[in-house]
Amino acid sequence: MKSLPTLKDVDRERRLFRVRIIVACVAMVLAVGVIVGRLVWLQVINHDHFTTLSHENRLKVVPLAPPRGLIFSRDGVVLADNRPSFSLVVVPENAGDVSAALRELATIVELDDETLEQFSRELDYARRFESVVLKSDLSPEEVARFSVDRFRFPGFAVEAGLSRHYPLGEAMAHVVGYVGRISESDLATIEPAEYRATSHIGKIGVEKARENVLHGSAGYQRVEVNAQGRVLRVVERTPPVPGADLHLTIDARLQLAAIKALDGRKGAVVALDPATGAVLVFASEPSFDPNAFVNGISRALYRQWSTSTDRPLFNRALQGQYPPGSTIKPLVALVGLENGIREPTQKTWCPGWYSLPGDSHRYRDWLRRGHGHVDMKFSIAHSCDVYYYDLAHDLGISRLHDGLVRFGLGEITGIDVPGEASGLVPSADWKRRARKLPWYPGETLIAGIGQGFMLATPLQLAHATGIVAMRGEVLIPHFLDQFDGGSSDTVVTPEIYRRPAVQLRDPAFWDQAIAGMVEVVHGPTGTARRSGEGAVVRFAGKTGTAQVFGIAQDVDAKDQELPEHLQDHALFVAFAPIEQPQIAIAVIVEHGGGGSSTAAPIARQLLDVYFEDTVPAPSKGADG
Amino acid sequence: MVRPQSLLFRLHIDVPLLGAVLLTCTMGMVVLYSASDQSMDVVFKQAVRILIGLTAMIGIAQVSPRRLARWAPAIYVIGLGLLALVLVMGIGRGAQRWLDLGFMRFQPSELMKLAVPLTVASFMADKVLPPRPRTTALALLLVLLPAALIVKQPDLGTAILVATSGLFVLFFGGIGWRFMRNCAVLGLAAAPLAWYAMHDYQRRRVLTLFDPEQDPLGAGYHIIQSTIAVGSGGLHGKGWLNGTQSHLEFLPERATDFIFAVYCEEFGLVGVLVLLLAYAMIIVRGVQIALDAQDMFGKLVSASLTLTLFIYIFVNMGMVTGQLPVVGVPLPMISYGGTSLVTILIGFGILMAVQTHRKFIADT
Repeated sequence: MKSLPTLKDVDRERRLFRVRIIVACVAMVLAVGVIVGRLVWLQVINHDHFTTLSHENRLKVVPLAPPRGLIFSRDGVVLADNRPSFSLVVVPENAGDVSAALRELATIVELDDETLEQFSRELDYARRFESVVLKSDLSPEEVARFSVDRFRFPGFAVEAGLSRHYPLGEAMAHVVGYVGRISESDLATIEPAEYRATSHIGKIGVEKARENVLHGSAGYQRVEVNAQGRVLRVVERTPPVPGADLHLTIDARLQLAAIKALDGRKGAVVALDPATGAVLVFASEPSFDPNAFVNGISRALYRQWSTSTDRPLFNRALQGQYPPGSTIKPLVALVGLENGIREPTQKTWCPGWYSLPGDSHRYRDWLRRGHGHVDMKFSIAHSCDVYYYDLAHDLGISRLHDGLVRFGLGEITGIDVPGEASGLVPSADWKRRARKLPWYPGETLIAGIGQGFMLATPLQLAHATGIVAMRGEVLIPHFLDQFDGGSSDTVVTPEIYRRPAVQLRDPAFWDQAIAGMVEVVHGPTGTARRSGEGAVVRFAGKTGTAQVFGIAQDVDAKDQELPEHLQDHALFVAFAPIEQPQIAIAVIVEHGGGGSSTAAPIARQLLDVYFEDTVPAPSKGADG
Repeated sequence: MVRPQSLLFRLHIDVPLLGAVLLTCTMGMVVLYSASDQSMDVVFKQAVRILIGLTAMIGIAQVSPRRLARWAPAIYVIGLGLLALVLVMGIGRGAQRWLDLGFMRFQPSELMKLAVPLTVASFMADKVLPPRPRTTALALLLVLLPAALIVKQPDLGTAILVATSGLFVLFFGGIGWRFMRNCAVLGLAAAPLAWYAMHDYQRRRVLTLFDPEQDPLGAGYHIIQSTIAVGSGGLHGKGWLNGTQSHLEFLPERATDFIFAVYCEEFGLVGVLVLLLAYAMIIVRGVQIALDAQDMFGKLVSASLTLTLFIYIFVNMGMVTGQLPVVGVPLPMISYGGTSLVTILIGFGILMAVQTHRKFIADT
């Protein structure tokens, strides 16, 4: 036994080998059986289940952003449109190490610290599987460079989209406003489903006010995607409904003319169609380029604009509150007539100053030597202060306040853009509430010439002028003329802007105030007679000069001697034609000096443009 | 008059085996075209590799088994040295598996897939079978030494496959059932120890097998996506080039280790059965060659190589269908990639050598 195994028994070994082969074959057959069994389980028994899973895998619902409605001016100029743009976006879920990718990307795409900072902020809020914009408005070179290296940046993609553009830039910034990225606070006010694909939202101006019509409604598409989320094929598509195009009442030609007339001076020009409330001109200078806000303004530029003493971001026409000065004198005259305090022909003696009974303090007239005997028409034409000190004193602050409020002063006009300032018509109540002080009689006097606490926006002044021009008809100023596109065309009728008219005891009172305003422009000694010379269409107006700096009443300081920022504001209100008025204007030039010398010529230039095509009336046109 | 078969025979080519191999490789290229997103480039590269592999196969087939048996120990020693070298200066992401030879990169563990069964077979062939304990112990050492070095790389999958190919020789050499049972018990007892020695990613793969949903975007992702691909293929498949799972890039490694999922998705159960039939032709031929071989070395080598091939197929299919952990085992002759393809084709060359050199042996 011991020696036998050392000899190779070939037959025995072969038998043994054959047995092992048979065992192996049986094992293989069993193993194949396991595999086939598993395949039957997966492919036959659970086939439906996996088919469903594979469909869910590849099909994804993607919201589609509706193209934002365009904005046009009354004369058909595009004020806001959408331009193709490319932005770099990232889906954090697919990107892996985002910060490493960003370092790499910086060699391809220009990424400043601010962009990165904003991105990291947005990244914190974003959901992992939703794309976050890293950089908007890529240059074509950046798009090309990224596309070449795209494979190195999983999860990153260049997205083609539309970017808002404002062709007139600064000129319409304070009318149209601008859109910006949707912020946390915006999210509270919108329907999230409608904005799933939308990145921008109206921030101010018409863009904000008409967000609901401009936006349109989102569409959806069912797309086939790969594991990286790249869209390979659109399976089904529900197109978005584009936002409605807006047609504004603003007249681009007039707006540009107004800006040109302001000629770089700080100020505002508002022009309305008093018969409809349509805003024709709404200029606030200096202005800013709204395009800078669309894709996120740089911090440096924002700081420059927000800290500049010129305040380009400030909408002077809407929010600038200025002492209205003498421009309210026709209104005060009307209040006097309405309350029976004055007759049109009743004269007041103006020695150049006014004193309250039992008080030695002299309230000075702008004309030191005085205007002499002044009736209502003359008081407006010459802007006699003493006449209005006396009238205000006779009225008292309560009746003066109540009367002026009827012309829309001291409250917002209700114009269809947000952010309007209300101005202020002071009253004894108001002073007690706001200042915790009693009302002094002297304050009534200076309220009578639109100084002191009294404040009005250029918009309010144009609106009030329009009410006078229309002899009491009140129409809310508005920018929206009509919108179309979307589901149905809608025309906005002027009637929806009509408010109850200002009813005077005697409609003839209107003519008294208007006659005074005509005399301002066309009278031989009117304060704005130089601006009325050669006008194609006769117009009515009123100058105003609002004191910025309280010059002591007994010091004869000339404006020119003061530094610019302390000089008076120049104001002028006007409307034309005198019958069936078509345009009511308010002009304010900050620190512009006198209303007649600075503000009135601007209104005249605007009227000349407005009536450019009008043939002068031969009989009345020469009367100036 | 020379018959074509005799010409091929003189070239030491086994026609049935060659036919089955060519059939499988062709099927592989058809799937690869789809799995590579219809890249003719990839298919062409693979065709070149197949040609290289076939050339190597025919080259090896010219070497007589006796010479192979003589060379085997030398190849084994060289392979062992290279494995040690890989650990010192190898390249690769995470795991060091490759040697950079300048003109090409070379994976010594691949060489060992052939060198181990050849060496163990040549060692055992002239011993008394069933092997005595001393023979068994030495043979086990021959198997476990390279396997240990490969585990170190770390490449557990390849280590197991190399070890398996060697152990199959022992199995066919007739080691006792009781011994195998004892080894199995010992192995199970050592399993916790192995678990402890495993790398994190290896543990994860094992765990993932039991519950892929636990980590659907990490380790479980492969299994979930590949079972979806296989299951959604159904009986008849979605059709060539129509697999959504694979073309939409949900399937990872879809041209290499997971190409079987693409196959299943596009050709369905019916297609899989056809593929299994092609493999069966190769394996049946391998078994025939093993049974017909005249010496024990030829028998042991061809049986071991054939069973190893089957193991490759089984492990890959088991992995893709979610029955085995994800180990990097390609599907023979179907997966994209050169190294394993060439190894497998050289293995067929050895089978052909065993088959075609026997008359020559009988003559001497």
